[in-house]
Amino acid sequence: MDVGIVGYGVYIPRYRLKIEDIAKVWGADAGRVKQGLLVEEKSVPGPDEDTVTIAVEAARNAMRHARINPQDIGAIYVGSESHPYAVKPTATMVAEAIGATPNLTAADYEFACKAGTAGIQTCMGMVEAGMIKYGMAIGADTAQGAPGDPLEYTAAAGGAAFIIGKNGGETIAAIEGTCSYTTDTPDFWRRDMQPYPRHGGRFTGKPAYFKHVLSAAAALLQQLQLRPQDYSYVVFHQPNGKFPLQAAKELGFSTEQVMPGLLVTKIGNTYSASTLLGLAAILDQAKPGERILAVSYGSGAGSDAISLLVRDAIEEKRNSPKVLDYVNKKIIIDYSTYAKFRRLLVK
Amino acid sequence: MGVPRFWREIPNRYNLIGTKCKNCNKVFFPPRYICPNCRRVGKLEPYKLKGRGKIYSYTITYVPSNGFEDQVPYVLAIVELEDGPKITTQVTDCDPNDIKIGDEVEIVFRRMGEEGEEGVIYYGYKARKI
Amino acid sequence: MREVAIIGVGLTKFGELWDVSFRQMIVEAGAQAIEDANVDGKQIDAMYVGNMSAGQFIRQEHVASLIADHAGLVPIPCTRVEGACASGGLALRQAFIAVASGIHDIVVAAGIEKMTDILTEQTTEALATAADQEWEAQIGATFPGLYALMARRHMYEYGTTEEQMAMVAVKNHHNACFNPCAQYHMKITVEDVLNSAPVTYPLKLLDCSPITDGAACVILAPAEKARRFTDTPILIAGSGQASDTISLHDRPTLTGIRATTEAARVAYKMAGVGPRDIDLAEVHDCFTIAEIMAIEDLGFCKKGEGGRVTEQGETALGGRIPINTSGGLKGKGHPVGATGIAQAVEIVQQLRGEAGKRQVEGAEIGLTHNVGGTGGTAVVHIFKRGD
Repeated sequence: MDVGIVGYGVYIPRYRLKIEDIAKVWGADAGRVKQGLLVEEKSVPGPDEDTVTIAVEAARNAMRHARINPQDIGAIYVGSESHPYAVKPTATMVAEAIGATPNLTAADYEFACKAGTAGIQTCMGMVEAGMIKYGMAIGADTAQGAPGDPLEYTAAAGGAAFIIGKNGGETIAAIEGTCSYTTDTPDFWRRDMQPYPRHGGRFTGKPAYFKHVLSAAAALLQQLQLRPQDYSYVVFHQPNGKFPLQAAKELGFSTEQVMPGLLVTKIGNTYSASTLLGLAAILDQAKPGERILAVSYGSGAGSDAISLLVRDAIEEKRNSPKVLDYVNKKIIIDYSTYAKFRRLLVK
Repeated sequence: MGVPRFWREIPNRYNLIGTKCKNCNKVFFPPRYICPNCRRVGKLEPYKLKGRGKIYSYTITYVPSNGFEDQVPYVLAIVELEDGPKITTQVTDCDPNDIKIGDEVEIVFRRMGEEGEEGVIYYGYKARKI
Repeated sequence: MREVAIIGVGLTKFGELWDVSFRQMIVEAGAQAIEDANVDGKQIDAMYVGNMSAGQFIRQEHVASLIADHAGLVPIPCTRVEGACASGGLALRQAFIAVASGIHDIVVAAGIEKMTDILTEQTTEALATAADQEWEAQIGATFPGLYALMARRHMYEYGTTEEQMAMVAVKNHHNACFNPCAQYHMKITVEDVLNSAPVTYPLKLLDCSPITDGAACVILAPAEKARRFTDTPILIAGSGQASDTISLHDRPTLTGIRATTEAARVAYKMAGVGPRDIDLAEVHDCFTIAEIMAIEDLGFCKKGEGGRVTEQGETALGGRIPINTSGGLKGKGHPVGATGIAQAVEIVQQLRGEAGKRQVEGAEIGLTHNVGGTGGTAVVHIFKRGD
């Protein structure tokens, strides 16, 4: 495998809703909720934001970071479970907004929270096969959680874009390998025409998240003949703070390897962007020669594990806005403003 | 607005493509099809504006026009762009009471409106304080 | 070019005229003017009607035919003229040109708008079509919003205050109390304006002209024939019209309306007078800031001093240069297409000495100033007593 990351970019909306505010509305004990989820606040998209605008902001940051000609992008895949259109690809609007049209292929992906890493794998294959010079994979979501549902505490918004190309002087990290694990496991779903997803409660844990994440990660480590101690960092999908920490522990990773990519505490679960934002936060600080394991999880269910080796070019491309810049730049809103922004008010 | 009317302006609305007169070097946004300074000797070419500028004037809208009800109160401004032209734009992600003439802004990609819940969604530019 | 005089005027009551239709209004204003001019319908050669948007307000286009028909004037040529809120002023100018050129002798210039048959939001949206739809309205700009952008910049450059703007509304409401046709007979205070609901900072509800139904009509004749109809013909001594960019953002300045300055320059030159010669003026105060800018742009005070001279009472009845004695768009009401003609009606009544309690003593020269959109069109007329 001779492909890598040429550039990446992220975007997190500025608005934040505190767990306390949600808990107060539903009469819940905020302390207990925070302790249970290891989440303090979640990002909320503004009234003029959606998956398309978030994907565009992330894609533009990735283009600035990669410093490539947009006309050289041969494919764009946008993974999300909150595409504003059921039919009319988000990817077309992103392609137009970064000046990549018209000579490219584009499509939207949906695989719950792992559609972004699925896009990376597709781009890897196309680049490796020589079909395209560069491919862009985006994970972006304005996650839905029904008012009053436990998901409401974490369902957040954000996006991350990765540009994949052949390894060379411009790649900041080589992709050493990828492995996926996919089964038919209905732990979380949203039926057509329904506004909010449903989920299986505790069933989303062991037979779903952990089974898939651990299996994909183990398979990749086996394939590459690597051990957890060969890695400087590991990042998992982050539906809450506890799951990724427990997954790390079961695989033999330390908390220190997880913490740099653990964003859920401050921004919530950004669904398709979750793993990718964590990976971007790690790349923001990673040094040449360091190794990163990224493992996504999408309900339904599947996991994509990706192993990366950071290259020298990363030091020459430190110009992009950092994930932590977006995490820290925030405007706290209350539940009623959130309800207005998210159009929860029936008029 | 009508789909074709929006669609043909997508390059301008998404990417701030205006025009520049090769004769007098003046930049126009939205694009013009004849240079008002040079007229027949003018030569207009597409020009991508950089998307940074300063607030020249602003208002806080409490009584919106149709389709903007969900965003009230919102800041509408005239922004003087570094490339020369002034544009009318909303200022997003801000406390309306924290806007001043002279504030530096950048242009970002936002949702502008929709043709009802079933119709197309319009995307375009807004300004955000730097 | 022939000298042109106004020989008759007519004006409906302005306001929310729920029980009166578009066609009833125009007939009422026309009948009054014909009565006032003492002309026979058969003597009328042509008609120009200012109307901004019957298509949006009552879903009726082709109103020229409808008006000629219901006025009983078929088959005279009748032409609708549109320049947003300046439609009336443009109709007057077209009628003036028709008479001055010698093509027609007796010409009616009318203006009409029926604005209350639809919901307020729909009316607001219709008015916003005077702005650039692509690059202003669809961005979220309302019509008051665009004037607010001018107001905020005027405050920034010249220190104009919200109180000074409020004083325009207070003055014009005061004047409207003496005008039987005005929409409002309600005195207001500066505090009332400042405490009224915010519309678009810094403009509040009482900084804005209202939504109004109304029609107005004047009848023009060659000056040499005017005396056959009236003892007090009022000459149209100057007429100027100018255009500017439709979008506010394309102008080099927001603190004045260039089209006003240019139209005034042409009108002053034609009339052979200057701002100091004007005894009173009806200016386009669609928003309070608009009157402040208008008196500056027309040369009644220096640029930037419009707020101060208003505060000092120079534009009040009895002041140095009374502005909007009719109550203006703010107090009398603003049926957009009718406004330009209604302004002329006020000046004619003032110069004839028929303005009752709002009469400016000894008025000899008056001016009207009518603006379309945010200043994409402006038209200025200067009137003199013809005796």
